[in-house]
Amino acid sequence: MSERIIVDPMTRIEGHLRVDCEVDDGKVTKAWSSGQMWRGIELILQGRDPRDAWIFTQRICGVCTTVHAIASVRAVENALNLEVPLNAQYIRNMLITAHGIHDHIVHFYHLSALDWVDIVSALDADPNKASQIAQSLSDWPLNSAQHFKQIQDKLKSFIESGQLGVFASGYWGHPSMKLPPEINLIAAAHYFQALDYQRTANKIVSILGSKTPHIQNLAVGGVTNAINMDSQSTLTLERLYYIKSIIDELGDFVNKVYMVDVAAIGALYADWTAYGAGVTHYLAVPDLPLDTKGTKFDLPGGYIKNADLSTFKPITSYQDAFFEGGVKESVKHAWYQGGKGALHPYDGETIPEYTDFQDDDKYSWVKAPTFYDERAQVGPLANVLTMVAAGHEPTTRHLKTLLDMVGSVAGTTIPVEALHSTIGRHAARAVRTAVLHESLTKQWQLLMENIGKGDYSTFNQPVFPKEEIRGFGYHEAPRGVLSHWIVARDGKIANYQAVVPSTWNAGPRDELDKPGPYEASLLDNPIADPEKPLEVLRTIHSFDPCLACAVHMVDTRKTEIVRLQAVGAQCGVTF
Amino acid sequence: MKETAQTPTGLDTGAAQAPVLVLGLGNILMQDEGVGVAVVERLQQDYRIPDDIELLDGGTSGMALLDDLRRRETLIVVDAVRTGQPAGTLVVLKGEQVPAFFLSKVSPHQLALSDVLAVLTLTGEKPLEVIVIGVEPESLKTHLGLSDIVNHQLQALITNVLNELHVIGYEIEAKSESGRIVHH
Repeated sequence: MSERIIVDPMTRIEGHLRVDCEVDDGKVTKAWSSGQMWRGIELILQGRDPRDAWIFTQRICGVCTTVHAIASVRAVENALNLEVPLNAQYIRNMLITAHGIHDHIVHFYHLSALDWVDIVSALDADPNKASQIAQSLSDWPLNSAQHFKQIQDKLKSFIESGQLGVFASGYWGHPSMKLPPEINLIAAAHYFQALDYQRTANKIVSILGSKTPHIQNLAVGGVTNAINMDSQSTLTLERLYYIKSIIDELGDFVNKVYMVDVAAIGALYADWTAYGAGVTHYLAVPDLPLDTKGTKFDLPGGYIKNADLSTFKPITSYQDAFFEGGVKESVKHAWYQGGKGALHPYDGETIPEYTDFQDDDKYSWVKAPTFYDERAQVGPLANVLTMVAAGHEPTTRHLKTLLDMVGSVAGTTIPVEALHSTIGRHAARAVRTAVLHESLTKQWQLLMENIGKGDYSTFNQPVFPKEEIRGFGYHEAPRGVLSHWIVARDGKIANYQAVVPSTWNAGPRDELDKPGPYEASLLDNPIADPEKPLEVLRTIHSFDPCLACAVHMVDTRKTEIVRLQAVGAQCGVTF
Repeated sequence: MKETAQTPTGLDTGAAQAPVLVLGLGNILMQDEGVGVAVVERLQQDYRIPDDIELLDGGTSGMALLDDLRRRETLIVVDAVRTGQPAGTLVVLKGEQVPAFFLSKVSPHQLALSDVLAVLTLTGEKPLEVIVIGVEPESLKTHLGLSDIVNHQLQALITNVLNELHVIGYEIEAKSESGRIVHH
């Protein structure tokens, strides 16, 4: 007999995602992913000065402020064919990489690790044994028995005081929690340490961006950071060396803790390499431009079909026609007026047409994007696979390091193919973080060298023509491919569309009724207890869902929120 | 009084936190949703704020605010609040009323903020006192700028913030000589 599970809200952080699953015989047989809010950011931008768009777009979401600012200035620069000074590229690249590292650390430890790690079980751990295990995997100095004991005492007093309720997800003791108490204790200790290091990463964003949240230093044509080695109010050598010291601290945590934890947890949940592959066409864009035009990049990107790395087709520049021509969005199953087939973002429409949740018709506020009429998975896994396919040395090296560690813990060889899975997305995110850290170090060096050559330029003035211009800007954001598309006339925005990572992954069925990546990834997931669908959370959280920008808010908001509490309470799932 | 933040790993993040944080929350793209941010901007422009008090436009951020919320003596959150009262109704929540406010999840960013407070509870760095200064929104449409009803309550919201600061011992002066500010 089949049973229906509704998890709503699904995301712990931003936005409102509802996931419905049909479960038969302890397995998911059908799934629907539904964005529950509409937000018409595009409409606010119409008629405005394109130079200001980024200030508004970074308010779309509370998590991804920086990434929408970056994609927006790139879209306008692309429309104007405007080059960006090298220093500005390097400073933006440092912002991008530092933000990405911060975001990935928070996602793994604070927003998804508790799907795998049972905090209560950590109380049963032997701190000495935990320390021996941790030291056999890494020479991280904080893996001492004494430190683990302190953390265990802290957890104990916390749990005894009854405050664990603040972590309302509470799947403690769930049959699918399989880690030994010692590994749970190690992970809990690193959960606390990660709080420090995510902050450290964010500090780089604050220094370069002048403010977080919401950086202030961007401009169409460059950045507003003045470089002057003699003035205290600008980017000085002292500040740059301070940033370098932070970069070095971060690297130790990423390589000696985050990578190791993901490898150990992944090895002990090796069965999860068999679930959650979903859509295995992968799309990622190149990022971290190394020239003023955006034709050379530190990190490659492109498209892979059917999980086959040999099909890799690169995306090579900010003018790339293969990317520009491939993107369309379908509203056949989304609450918008349709009937015109899938539309290119330059021609995109956002006209609400709400129906109820209709399984076979419309059921989401998220549109369904396609790349050359196929669904594509985006995010760290797509990013890592395309970089490996492109022969990117640092990615290949960090991936090998991680797979070797998984293999040594699991006592077997782990192939790259294991990445097409729920746990594989976590592994790829850790690898990407290590790659981002290496790139951050490199961008810092490039900036120092360029300043050393006497180049202090950070800005090229944009000039807007009378006639219509079109452009797109892309960014490989923490959740994957982000693109902003602009049409401007006489220096004013005529149309603006943001095709965001979670749209690619969370979108409903498309023009051909094919399921999106979230939906496809849930098929055949085991469900041990339909009242506590931890397995659904594991797979969806592995994508790092953040829907605030994927969805476009209507006045039904009040009722939506009330309803979501009610449904969440009914199925015992609260966040 | 300022203290350098101590962290579980002993890592020096160099952060010196003011004991009081006034945090404006909300999405400025959604009309009255952005009222918290508008109040903080007005406080910044029109008042002399002592070093012990930090003003922050938090937008709709969640975990990104973790560092800003740590180890505060007092956290004053300014936000649009839905309690079913008529638009423009002022709300001040303290003590036991605050957890209920966060649990009710009346907007997406409060969901995020409750996550941040959960983490800070775990680390023992939760603000000692949390006060919510709110106003019932009139409109949450995709639109820049406040509705007339909420805009007329801006000064009253500021007064409510200043009252709370007075209670904990801070007298805030307006920047203009006369101490009176004219808003249009």
